[in-house]
Formats: sequence, C-alpha cells, structure tokens
Amino acid sequence: MNYAIETLDLRKNFGGTQAVDGISLKVAQGSVFGLLGPNGAGKTTTVRLLATLLTPTGGSARVLGHDLLTEAPVIRAKVSLTGQFASVDEDLTGQENLVLLARLLGHSWGDSRRRAAELLGAFDLEEAGGRQVRTYSGGMRRRLDIAASLIITPEILFLDEPTTGLDPRSRNQVWDMVRDIAALGTTVLLTTQYLEEADQLADRLAVIDHGRLIAEGTSRELKASVGSGTLKIHLQDVSQRAAAEALLQSATAGQVQATSEGLSVQVTGSAEAMRLLHTLEEGAVPVAEFALGSPSLDEVFFALTGKKQTSEETP
Amino acid sequence: MTGITESTDGGSRSHPILSQSTRPRPPSALTAATALGWRALLKIKHVPFQLFDVTVFPLMMTLMFTYLFGGALAGSPEEYIQYLLPGILVQTILFITVYTGVGLNTDISKGIYDRFRSLPIWPSAPVFGALLGDVLRYSIAAIMVLTLGFVLGFRPQGGLIGVVLAVALVQLFAFSLAWIWIIVGMKVKSPESVMTTSFLFLFPLTFASNVFVNPATMPGWLQAFVAVNPVTHLADASRGLMHGQPDFGSMAWVLIAAAIITAVFAPIALRMYHRER
Repeated sequence: MNYAIETLDLRKNFGGTQAVDGISLKVAQGSVFGLLGPNGAGKTTTVRLLATLLTPTGGSARVLGHDLLTEAPVIRAKVSLTGQFASVDEDLTGQENLVLLARLLGHSWGDSRRRAAELLGAFDLEEAGGRQVRTYSGGMRRRLDIAASLIITPEILFLDEPTTGLDPRSRNQVWDMVRDIAALGTTVLLTTQYLEEADQLADRLAVIDHGRLIAEGTSRELKASVGSGTLKIHLQDVSQRAAAEALLQSATAGQVQATSEGLSVQVTGSAEAMRLLHTLEEGAVPVAEFALGSPSLDEVFFALTGKKQTSEETP
Repeated sequence: MTGITESTDGGSRSHPILSQSTRPRPPSALTAATALGWRALLKIKHVPFQLFDVTVFPLMMTLMFTYLFGGALAGSPEEYIQYLLPGILVQTILFITVYTGVGLNTDISKGIYDRFRSLPIWPSAPVFGALLGDVLRYSIAAIMVLTLGFVLGFRPQGGLIGVVLAVALVQLFAFSLAWIWIIVGMKVKSPESVMTTSFLFLFPLTFASNVFVNPATMPGWLQAFVAVNPVTHLADASRGLMHGQPDFGSMAWVLIAAAIITAVFAPIALRMYHRER
C-alpha cells in the first residue's frame, strides 16, 4: 500500500499548549481521509503542519514520500490547502484571483487566463467571474477557494472545514466537487466538525480530540467499535428523562445519552434492548416509540470522547 | 445526499476540473513580485476610495492653509503655495505608506497570506509585490497634489525634471518608512489599529516640521525637534528640487536616513513575515 501521508507521533506546541499531541496516521494514496473532531481539537493545526505552513515541534511525517522537516519546499509544490476561511482577495474579481494564483504557480499570462476560465466554468462561476469577490455568497467564495487550490492538479488536497457555514445546497455542491476531485485520483484530506460530512465523503476517518487521535478506521469500523447497536427511545413524557436515565444506567453497562425526545442507549443486541425496555416499563416510565439501529457517528463520538456532539448544528 | 447530481457530474462538465497540462516551473522571484504588484494595481482599480481617503486630507490642508493663512504667512496665497506644496507632497505620500501595513494586516487576517505561503514562490515576494504597487499609489497621489497645486498657482522653477526628481526622492524615503508600518501591520490585531498606530507617529512627524510654516517663530525646544525631523529635511529637499535650487545637504540627509531606516527595519520586517503564525 502506498501512503500519501504517514505521520508518526506528530506534535505541535504553541507556547505551552499542545495543539497536536502525538498523532500517528496513514492516508492511502487516492483516498479521501476525514479528520473529525470538535472545535479546537487540533484539526487545523494538523492540516497546517502537513501542508508545511507550520513546523512540527516533535515526531515525524512523510508526505508523498518526502520528509516533512527536510523537504518542505518539495511537498509545498505538490499539495494544495484550502483553509478554513476563504483565502482569496475580496477586492479582486474571481477571475483575477485565479489568474494571480496561476501566475504565482508559474503559468504564463495566456495559460493563466485559460486555466482561470476553465475553473470558473467547472465551478459554476462563469457569470460571477467578473465581479469582486466581496459580492459573492458564502458558497460561491468556497467554490472559488477550492478552484484556487486546483489550478495545478495537486497530489494532495487539504480541505479545512470545507462546508462550515454553508447552506445545505452549497454544502452539497462542495461535497460533489470533493467526490469529483477524488474520483480523478487526488488524495483528499479534509477536516470537519460534522459527522455526517465525514460519513458522506471519507473512505477512512480519524477522530481527534485535544490533539490526540482517539479512533481511526472506516466509518463502519468506528460504528462497530462502539457497540452492535443503539436503542433509541422516545418517552411519552420527556420530563421523565432523568428518571429513565437513572433506571437505564443501573441496568446496563452501555452508554446512555440524552436526545431531544428521550434517550439513546448502546446495547449488545436485541435481547438487551428488550430487557431495557422492560426495565422502563416496570419503572413506570412509559415509552412512546423505540427503534433499534446501528449507532450514528454522533454516538460514536460520544462513546469515544464522553462529550456530546450537537448534530443539530449540521448545516 | 444523493450522490452525483446531473449538474455536477464529472462526465457532463464542459470544463475539466483538474488540469491536464504538466506542472509549470515555479516562477522566478521577479515574476512572482510582478504578479503581486499587478494585484496591488487591481486593488487600486477596484477600491480607488482606499487611495482617496488618505489623499483628501492633505488636499484639504492645501486649500485651507493656502487661503486661510497664505496671506498672513507669506504675503499672498500665491506666494505661500510655492512654499507649501512641496511639503504637502511629502505629507501626502508619507500618509499613504501606512497602507502597506494595512494591506499586509488584511492579508494575514483574511487568510490569503496562508495561500501565498503555500505557493512555491520566493517567500518575500508578497512584501515586495506590495511595495511595487505602492509606486503607482504614490505616483497617483503625487499627480493629484501637483494638479491641485497648479490650479492654485504653484509654479515650480525647477521645471518638470525638478518635480519628477522631488517626487522620486519622496517616494524613496516613503519606501523606507513603509517597512516600519509592515512591522506594525504584523504586530497589531486589525487593519484599523494599523491606521491608528501609524498615524499616532505620522501626525506629529509631519506637523512638527517645516511643511507648513517656517520654524523660525517656534519655541526653541520645538525648533530643535524640527531640525532633526527627517520630514523637515525631506520637505527642504523637495522644495529645493522643485524650485531649481537643489539643497544637497538635505538630500544627503534624506538618503542617509532612508538607508538607515531600511537597514534597521527591513530585516526585522522580513524575519517577522517569515515567522509562522
């Protein structure tokens, strides 16, 4: 297996804060890899390290076979980074931004204009190309930003929270683009706070929290590692949730998590689910609805970090 | 999410999303700086107001001082403008130097700085590109000031050559000063505070000089400051060149001051620019 990225105990310290605290991961060539974690988990720092914008304070990494510490310029020429905030010039038009970056990558003026036109077309920005970027919507800016990362086909594309703050339609457009880019053979490493996004796009994903890798695998593997299933319970009276939680906690070793209408519990199988429902019945906590399913990534995250991810914020 | 939709299906795209052409060679330092200079020109084109808000103030000062105090200070507004205008040119261009720091601060806070840093270009190119754009900015401002001057009766005895040389000398000094604002631009949080911080220095520097009046009537302590203020020497040099009586002493003073400021602040600015953040 050829790895586009291999890190070993990668560390980055910012004046006493360990932003990245020993991350070891492998990203297969041509795959989409998702770095999943809450705000401040160290996702952005990891990506900036791998894109050579920061120098690690410890550990080692090879990007496309090149050493991150000694061959940063070689790596820089082969990868592209689309940062968390649109890194284009708002005063310039979309077309001018792309031409400028194409020039800075070494294209002639003619080739730069040609490539800018191609990308504006490919990213549905033909009409907006002549307008100043400050007039663009969030989705248009994001598309321009990703287009700017594709002027030269990168061997690895880093996308730092590509859909944060986008409306659902723009988010879907960005997702389609990521799929297209990956289908053409570019390795994509994306960070996200949205479990759904990682589930949708990534072949493999790593969950990070407080600068540490807490789980890694395919989304199926991660779900399986948490437990065989989740029992979702809607209570007739949500005010009984605390009572229900106490009852369930005494009856099972699995994680119990509050949801908007009731609770979800990790169970080993249908037998345990039945037993738990019975417990509630005996405890005089009436159940309105229940369902047994495989756990969502939300629950995976909760199980791994002990913290609740608010999936309601997903755009 | 339904996978691939019709409009974004890779096969139905009329334009290739990924480039088929081979990777070009990274640009030379000069190409990169020129491209970034082009960016600065585009910014002037798209946001001309950025230039006017700093130019309008010196233009207003020119009108006010010429007509309000011109008679009292020099006998007549026409005579006063001969004295004032070369100095106003200095003030105008020095004010504009602040934009170098403002622009850099904006780039860093907006994230485009990251984009530049991830490109295979000469790392200092964005700074030099910005300075390249400043040449045009300074020149446009100089033309505005001179045009107003001519309308008000400014008649430089040194002719076109004298005026061009004066503008060139002021620009040269402006470049050295810009390095200081680049440092300010990297130190403070927002573009607005770059402005505030820089003008805190620029106002006393341009007013406590001989730009507006002959310092002979000022108190001694102020005269002492005015005498060592580089702006005074720059105004003297500008006046000398424009009126065909080059003041070589002041010119030398200005050149040496510019060299010292650049030698001290440019390396600091570039080191700070390259430091990761």
